[in-house]
Amino acid sequence: MASPYNDLVLEHFKNPRNTGRIEDPDGKATEGSPACGDMVSLYLKVDPETRVIDDIKFESYGCASNIATGSIITELAKGKTIDEAKNITWQEASEALGGLPKIKAHCSVLAVEVLRSAIQNYEEKHGLVTEKVVTTEEIVRKRLKKVMNPIKGLDMVATHLVKEIDINDGVVRIVLDLPETHQFANAIKEDAVEKIESLWDIDQVIVEFTD
Amino acid sequence: MEKVYYLDNAAATRLDEQVLEVMTPLYFDRYSVATSEFGYSLGVEAKEALDDARTRLAQALGANSQEFIFTSGSAESSNLALKGVAKALGAKKGKHLIVSKIEDFPVLYSARTLEKEGFSVDYLDVDGDGLVDLKKLQALIRPETILVSIQHGNQEIGTLQDINAIGKICHDQGVLFHTDATHTFMRVPLDVTAVAVDLITVSAHTLHGPKGIGGLYVKKGTALAKIMDGGFQEFDLRGGMDNIPGAVGFAKAAELVTADENIGLAVLRDKIITMVSDQIPDVILNGHPRQRTPQNANITFHYVEGESITLHLDMYGIAVSTGSACFSRSLEASHVIAAIGGDHERAHGSIRMTVGRFNTMEEVIFVVETLKKVVENLRKISPLGKE
Repeated sequence: MASPYNDLVLEHFKNPRNTGRIEDPDGKATEGSPACGDMVSLYLKVDPETRVIDDIKFESYGCASNIATGSIITELAKGKTIDEAKNITWQEASEALGGLPKIKAHCSVLAVEVLRSAIQNYEEKHGLVTEKVVTTEEIVRKRLKKVMNPIKGLDMVATHLVKEIDINDGVVRIVLDLPETHQFANAIKEDAVEKIESLWDIDQVIVEFTD
Repeated sequence: MEKVYYLDNAAATRLDEQVLEVMTPLYFDRYSVATSEFGYSLGVEAKEALDDARTRLAQALGANSQEFIFTSGSAESSNLALKGVAKALGAKKGKHLIVSKIEDFPVLYSARTLEKEGFSVDYLDVDGDGLVDLKKLQALIRPETILVSIQHGNQEIGTLQDINAIGKICHDQGVLFHTDATHTFMRVPLDVTAVAVDLITVSAHTLHGPKGIGGLYVKKGTALAKIMDGGFQEFDLRGGMDNIPGAVGFAKAAELVTADENIGLAVLRDKIITMVSDQIPDVILNGHPRQRTPQNANITFHYVEGESITLHLDMYGIAVSTGSACFSRSLEASHVIAAIGGDHERAHGSIRMTVGRFNTMEEVIFVVETLKKVVENLRKISPLGKE
C-alpha cells in the first residue's frame, strides 16, 4: 500500500520512544496549542557538570508526523550536550526518519522547535543566558512563526495574518489582518501573546484586529 | 486480502452484486446509445431501459418521470441546481442566494463561484446540533432572492434539517428551494408531494450503487438553464452521453433499500454511539442526538488528534474518516464542525463512522473496542487531559 509515510516514520508513530513526563524537569517547554492544532511538550534532565542531556521525554497532541518527529528528536538529543542538541535541525530529524511528506512539514517543525525551547528554558533557569538581545521586529516575527493559523493550517506569518508590528518602550503592538469576531481570533491572540510576553525586555503585548 | 472493517459509507459504498447483475447486459448486449423510437431496435431497447430507470427513481421521490434527470453524481447535480437557477433567474429576478454554512462542497463552492460572478450569497448559521435557524432564514429572504439551498442530511455529522418547514418558508415567499439529499435519499423519507421542494440532488454512490451516476429532481416548471452543452439529452438540461448502465444500476440500488435495512443501520449507529459514550471518557457526539441520518455517528475524542486515530485504526483494517485539519488535503479543519462548535479542538479529534448494508454488529463492536484501545494509547502520550 502506498502510504505517504515510510516504514520508519510509521514505526516511530506506532511505537514512539521517550514518551511521557519527567517529574521535576531541569528544562521544559510546550509548542502549539489545542486551539490552533497540534501541540507538543518536552521535558529535560541535564547533567549539571557536563551539560549532557541525561533524560528526555515528550508528549504529543498531534498527527503521525508530529508524533514520529517527537520520537526521533528525543532519540537524537539524548546523550548530547545542550549545545549540540540545540543545533539539531528539522532537516536532520527528517533525514533520520527517511523523509517526511512535504505537506506535513509544519506538524513536525513543532517537535523540533520544542526541543530548542526546552533547552532555552533550561539555560534561562540556570543562568546560562549571558547576552541579552534587545527585542526587534525580526525577533517578534520569528516567534510569531510558531503560532499556527488554524484557518490555513500554516503559521500566522506565512499566511500573512500579521499586518503590523511596533515595539515601543517594552510594549509590543501587533495588528492582525483578521476581524475580531472571527471564530479563531481569540485563540490566535492568546497564542501570540504567550509567545512574545516571555521576552526579557517586554512588559506588555497588545494584539489588535482589523475590521 | 485481509479483513476490512469499512465504516466510511458516507464517502463511497461497496457495490451490491444485484446491482452489477442488472448493469452487465447494458455493457455487453444492449450497449448502444438511446435512440428515438424511430431508431434501430438496439437503441430503442436502450432508451426503454433508461426511461424505465428514470421512472422508478422519480417514483421513489413521488415525482413524474419527466422531473428526474440523470447526472454524473451529486456534485454535478448541485452545480446544475445552483448555477442553472442563477443563469435562468439572475437577470430576470435577482442575484441573491441563501445556503447553509454546513453544505457539502458542491453547494458551497458553487455559491462561491456565483459570488465571483456578481451574485450575493448569505451563508446561514446553524446551532450546536447543526440545525439551521428558521427565523434567520425567513429574515434573510428578500425580493431578489432566487434560491435557497439547504441540505436534507449532513455529510459529516448526519443532522437532518426540517426541510418541510424550510420549503414552506421558501414557497410562501416565492423562492425556489433546492435540497442536497445525497446522504438521505432512500434512507430518510422524502416525498415531493408532501414537501415544498423544487430541486433535489441524489446519488447512487451512497446506496451501494455505481459511482459516477446521480440525479437531479427538477419540479415541473422550475426555471433552470443548462450549464453543460451537448446533445439534447435529459430534456435538453444536461448534454452528454447517457450513462445507461449507471442509470439502471442506480434504479436497482434505490429499489434494494428497504425500511428494515434503514432500521438496521440505525441500530448499528446507536450501538457505536452508546458503546463509545459508555466506555470511553471525554467524548462529544457531533450532530443532533436524535434527528440524524441512520448511518452516521460522529464523535470527538478529546486530547487526541484524528489522523493519528485513523492511522492506528488502519493498521487493524478499519476505515473511518476525521474532520481534523491534518487529515484533509487542504489542511483545513472541517467547516461543519467549526460551524457547530466554533473550536478547532473539536474538529481535531473528530471521527466519522458511517455504516452500510454490509456491516455487521460484530464488526461495529470490534471497531469500537479497537478505537477504545487506540484512544487510550494516544491519550497516554498526550500533554492534555491529565490534570
